[in-house]
Amino acid sequence: MEYLSIVFQEVYKILFLLVPVLVSVAMIVWLDRRVWAFVQKRQGPNVVGPFGLLQSLADALKYIFKEIIIPSSSNKIIFILAPIVTMTLALIAWAVIPFSATQVLADINVGILYLFAVSSLGVYGIIMGGWASNSKYPFLGAIRSAAQMVSYEVSIGVIIINVLLCVGSLNLNDIVIAQQNMWFVIPLFPMFVIFFISALAETNRPPFDLPEAEAELVAGYQTEYSGMMYAMFWLGEYANILLMCAMGTILFLGGWMSPIDVYPFTLVPGAIWLILKILFLFILFALVKAIVPRYRYDQLMRLGWKVFLPLSLIWVVLTASYLFYFNLLPVN
Amino acid sequence: MNISRFFKTIFMTDFIGGLFIAIKELFKSKKTINYPFEKGKISPRFRGEHALRRYPNGEERCIACKLCEAVCPAQAITIESAEREDGSRKTTRYDIDMMKCIYCGLCEESCPVDAIVQGPNFEFSTETREELYYTKEKLLDNGDRWENVLEANIKADNIHR
Repeated sequence: MEYLSIVFQEVYKILFLLVPVLVSVAMIVWLDRRVWAFVQKRQGPNVVGPFGLLQSLADALKYIFKEIIIPSSSNKIIFILAPIVTMTLALIAWAVIPFSATQVLADINVGILYLFAVSSLGVYGIIMGGWASNSKYPFLGAIRSAAQMVSYEVSIGVIIINVLLCVGSLNLNDIVIAQQNMWFVIPLFPMFVIFFISALAETNRPPFDLPEAEAELVAGYQTEYSGMMYAMFWLGEYANILLMCAMGTILFLGGWMSPIDVYPFTLVPGAIWLILKILFLFILFALVKAIVPRYRYDQLMRLGWKVFLPLSLIWVVLTASYLFYFNLLPVN
Repeated sequence: MNISRFFKTIFMTDFIGGLFIAIKELFKSKKTINYPFEKGKISPRFRGEHALRRYPNGEERCIACKLCEAVCPAQAITIESAEREDGSRKTTRYDIDMMKCIYCGLCEESCPVDAIVQGPNFEFSTETREELYYTKEKLLDNGDRWENVLEANIKADNIHR
């Protein structure tokens, strides 16, 4: 009996995290389309609900009632598994995101490592979907996205090392608290920029949306998907974008901490600050989508391997030597 | 690579400039309208759905001269005519196949009595093809329905003819 109550307690906690995340994913899709439209001087979705806020729910309803078509030559098990994997991986990463000093589902001491591991597993869903479709465009899209995500993960990893050097802990809450005096975006600004661009590439957002470049690959790995399975890919993708924004917030923008450590601001709960910061980063994501043209594939690879990787490695050396020279290395 | 281009690339000046332009555009007025709720302005010359007009006393204008049938490049118009009891020649059949029609406006131009006109209505999509074979009744009905607008449009456009 006691065991059961613990299980229920945990389930409630998980639901309390997951439901807001899923709702905010729906809202973020609306925000994305709206910002995109506004930059192009269009109205964007504004019919369903106030300001069109319920547009994503209407879309989801439509997807639910659509027929799921499974290509006869596909590998059915993997084909069905792929969107599930994508969405699950995008959602489980949220377990370690701290919403305040105490509000975190799993306060594990290797939080950032877990986040990094789960976000790199995200490529599996895409490559499974592309391969199992047994069709040329999904396959090409999957290959592109695998190569792209792997190469940009390398630089993201190195950037994380930069932050860890300043913190001395892998726990996400420790990383946030270490930014009490100064957000890492100020001393590590170049790393923040590189992180932002790598996050764009990692989540297949424009200008790095080559895996789904509609002009050349129809819809990339999503080509053969329909109905709810397509919607799950789409949910996973946006949950991933949100996760990347959250990661950027925690690593560079002080997580749940208020921007100014003075009386009226500190009253606002940490979750609100975190959400506002995530929204700020997401609006940047949406603006970038509206203003930049798509990269060519070789340019994408060159940027990842020949520019970002060396730059972030050099910065690791710089940060480490600076901390060492001025005896600022965090000691645990 | 020359120096200035190198610094431009490093500091992403073009990208940041673009970002500021995007933010500026974000708050400007929108150029699109909420179509089914708001509609754009259309010219009095607009060539939309066809209509057959009547004289103010209710008499059909069409005299079955068949000029529109002859001029129609898509051969969308079919006319049959007969003499009425009072001796005037009137159409017994006036069909327009709206799917053949290319909305060129030549029928309207050729009509000596301003009977066949193309009105401002462009929202007449249907669910079946059959509904787009317009008969004389349908066209006369259109004429009755849109007469006010049609008359105003012909007047407005008259000075340019």
